[in-house]
Amino acid sequence: MTIAMMLHTQTIHELRVRLRRGDISVREVTQAVLDRIAGLDGRIKAYNWLNADDALTQAEAIDRAGVAKDGNPLAGVPIAIKDSINVVGQPCTCASKILQGYIAPYDAFVIRQLRRAGAVLLGRTNMDEFAMGSSTENSSWGVTRNPWDLERIPGGSSGGSAAAVAADEAIAALGSDTGGSIRQPAALCGCVGLKPTYGRVSRYGLVAFASSLDQIGPLTKDVEDCAVLLGVLSGHDVKDSTSVAQAVPDYTQALGKGVKGLRVGIPKEYFVAGMDREAEAAVRGAIQKLQSLGAEVVELSLPHTEYAVAVYYLIATAEASANLARFDGVRYGLRVAGDDPIEMYRQTRGAGFGPEVKRRIILGTYALSAGYHDAYYLRAQKARTLIRGDFEKAFEKCDVIVTPTSPTAAFKAGEKADDPLQMYLSDIFTISVNLVGICGVSIPCGFTVNPKLPIGLQILGKSFGEETILRMAHAYEQATDWHKQRPNL
Amino acid sequence: MQYETIIGLEVHVQVKTASKMFCGCAVAFGAPPNTQVCPVCLGYPGSLPVMNEEAVRKTILAGLMLGCDITQLSKWDRKNYFYPDMPKNYQISQYDLPLCRGGGMDIKLDGGETKRIRLTRIHLEEDVAKNFHFETTSGVDFNRAGLPLMEIVSEPDIHSPDEAFAYLTALKEILVSGGVSDCDMEKGQLRCDCNVSIRPIGQKELGAKVEIKNMNMISGVRRALAYEIPRQIAALEKGEKISQETRRWDDAPGITSVMRVKEYAHDYRYFPEPDLVPVVVTDNMLAEIRKLLPELPEARRHRFMQQYGLPEYDAGVLVADMALAAYYEQAAGQSKNPKAISNWVMTELLGKLAEAKQTITHCPVAPLQLAELVALVDGGQISGKIGKEVFVEMFASGKSPSLIVKEKGLMQVSDTAAIEVFVDEAIAKNPQSVADFKAGNQVAINFLKGYVMKLSQGKVNPRLVGEILLSKLRGS
Repeated sequence: MTIAMMLHTQTIHELRVRLRRGDISVREVTQAVLDRIAGLDGRIKAYNWLNADDALTQAEAIDRAGVAKDGNPLAGVPIAIKDSINVVGQPCTCASKILQGYIAPYDAFVIRQLRRAGAVLLGRTNMDEFAMGSSTENSSWGVTRNPWDLERIPGGSSGGSAAAVAADEAIAALGSDTGGSIRQPAALCGCVGLKPTYGRVSRYGLVAFASSLDQIGPLTKDVEDCAVLLGVLSGHDVKDSTSVAQAVPDYTQALGKGVKGLRVGIPKEYFVAGMDREAEAAVRGAIQKLQSLGAEVVELSLPHTEYAVAVYYLIATAEASANLARFDGVRYGLRVAGDDPIEMYRQTRGAGFGPEVKRRIILGTYALSAGYHDAYYLRAQKARTLIRGDFEKAFEKCDVIVTPTSPTAAFKAGEKADDPLQMYLSDIFTISVNLVGICGVSIPCGFTVNPKLPIGLQILGKSFGEETILRMAHAYEQATDWHKQRPNL
Repeated sequence: MQYETIIGLEVHVQVKTASKMFCGCAVAFGAPPNTQVCPVCLGYPGSLPVMNEEAVRKTILAGLMLGCDITQLSKWDRKNYFYPDMPKNYQISQYDLPLCRGGGMDIKLDGGETKRIRLTRIHLEEDVAKNFHFETTSGVDFNRAGLPLMEIVSEPDIHSPDEAFAYLTALKEILVSGGVSDCDMEKGQLRCDCNVSIRPIGQKELGAKVEIKNMNMISGVRRALAYEIPRQIAALEKGEKISQETRRWDDAPGITSVMRVKEYAHDYRYFPEPDLVPVVVTDNMLAEIRKLLPELPEARRHRFMQQYGLPEYDAGVLVADMALAAYYEQAAGQSKNPKAISNWVMTELLGKLAEAKQTITHCPVAPLQLAELVALVDGGQISGKIGKEVFVEMFASGKSPSLIVKEKGLMQVSDTAAIEVFVDEAIAKNPQSVADFKAGNQVAINFLKGYVMKLSQGKVNPRLVGEILLSKLRGS
């Protein structure tokens, strides 16, 4: 195999060296990735939509402008975009029939950032419909497969993005994380996925699932790429009132500093019965590794953890019930005719939304209804405050918190599809982070034996503590070779 | 049987801002449909609202003018309901922490006494779009969607159509004077829904609440109520039951008719808007807004009466229009005779403006020039009659009165020697009148006076003419 043909296997930082030297062109890189997609995506189904000509046109423009040579960290790098982030002129379906035919009239903030950095926007990756799910099975456009075992799911909801990165169908990808939707698929596909602090990255242009929980973040092949991409995505945006005006550091500067002196908190509530043994063993092994690298381990407690799933499914669904009300057939997307507006709404929404989305809209509507609002929505908000208090106390004793990302490795497609409660429990280790608003990253920390499936380690940091979690993730990654192992495709 | 009427008004007022409440779209009345829109006000997926701070400031200003308590930690809520004029099918509004609470205003009743109307609250929200119905289809114009809208809710202190009229008139006057809104009802900048119920006097529980919509003028509100109250009384007298419903006012026939019957209370499922942060009104911000507080019309009326010695009628006319009041103050401030200024403004100036279909802001006569004119009349340089001619010329040419008087040689003659020449000629030419006067007919002198005025083309001082005539007739 020639070098040019292998370009799709490269990381952002590897490509940068070669693009800067002028050894390769952006077009060559883009073509390599497009060839990989053409050869493989029939089996993986990571993409919902792709316009190869458009990607090549972008690549040629970047080559002509020469920006890839002047050291711009992301210049010339093909990036896949989750199908819930608006890119002008492209469809943005959120894997839902209700958005069939909708063409985005504007760029999301993160897309503007990527364009400015000179990235090549690849196609749109599959997801659970409106990001509601943990397996990417709730998609109107088909199920995405885990590159490590095609019978298994890639996790979700950013399953298409994680699978694309793991299968070298993209150099990196954007996902969104409302309750673990970046970290859990990253863990299940063996890549790096980071959920930034709430407010670090603008949500403008991300189709909302649960506004107080959603964040866009990177999915990459290694920690250094994660730091590079996060730096480009981050920043204050006047169009998102919840984005925070805090300076964006050079996250790559945090790498290579080791973990000596860092205190690692281990919450006892996250190592519970029912967890997959191999996964638990891998995570415990990773903690020992961190200790051997000089980190100090602190046992601690997050006492309100058991309420997190319930709180999450009340708040997220309540917000979603309003966020998804705009899909009514009046202005864009699917419209199924009715004799009057109300009938049109019923027909359109009945035909357009899948069962999981309907389930959550009904749940959220119920939680906000007169007579139930105080018992469900208001109580959930109070419990959310208690969970936040748990983390504030915990971070007095430690610099980062380390947990498994998911209780199990990737499960088989269809295994949990009919049992929403089982599915909801796949998120137990990731959702508190969204409720509290802090940051978290998942990195590979081992494999199950038979079949060989990736296991993820979750590192959580304080608000705007991205540098610290990246520093620790990088130190662990450099001391192991999990991230270098690729699926046999 | 005697009945008591209870009226509550929900007034929606478009706050005067350059852009919409939560996006940068321009506020432009009468633009072609769906031209003042963007992903945010169209409710496109992924778009987010950003608060218009100017709208918040103006709402606080309205609250301060109306004596409300300002909520220093306020927030936004989503009000959920499905309707084609709602881009997101929820409206960003304020539920339990409105910007302004309490307050009220005094209205003047016909008898002259004043009455306090209390306010419940003022909150800020986004306006909805406008639906149009064609023969077989409907359309939605989203230009109006997202305009900043203040909702002012009154306590049920209003008991008659006249009180409702007085309340709305006073409210409009205050909001316009503060620059909060133009309150142009024809442009939909002020919309009013009435809740009206009646009950036999002495009955404790309230009657069924009927909501009336579609009044396009403040006088329409009065007429709608004047129709609706007797209708309800007549129904009760016939033993019918008033049902809780929404009725539509039709202005041309002057009647209300059923729009929809309220079968159940709406559940709007309010919850805090997660896309926006709470509104923090700092002490500094409040102090800044307080500096913008204009004098309220009622207070200005009193000041005009005291400071300029005007009768209540004059003060009322001048204060009703902010620009007119400002014009008057500029002129009166330069004059020793503010009452004369008021007379000139109210009769000559307003008359000319009405004739020319002009507003005071485009008045060709500067306030200082009017003051100068009054000074010329008062100083005897020209007569009042000549003054009116000069004013017509001022209005037409914009020239100063002294220049006009000079150019046209209108200066009043007060030189006794000059006047004596005219008087002598009058006496010489009218022996009969002189004889009549001498015979005791006092009225005959008026003929001689008129003769002098005619000879002088009205330029001589009439008081001096009388004096000189008398002394000459008696002396000779």
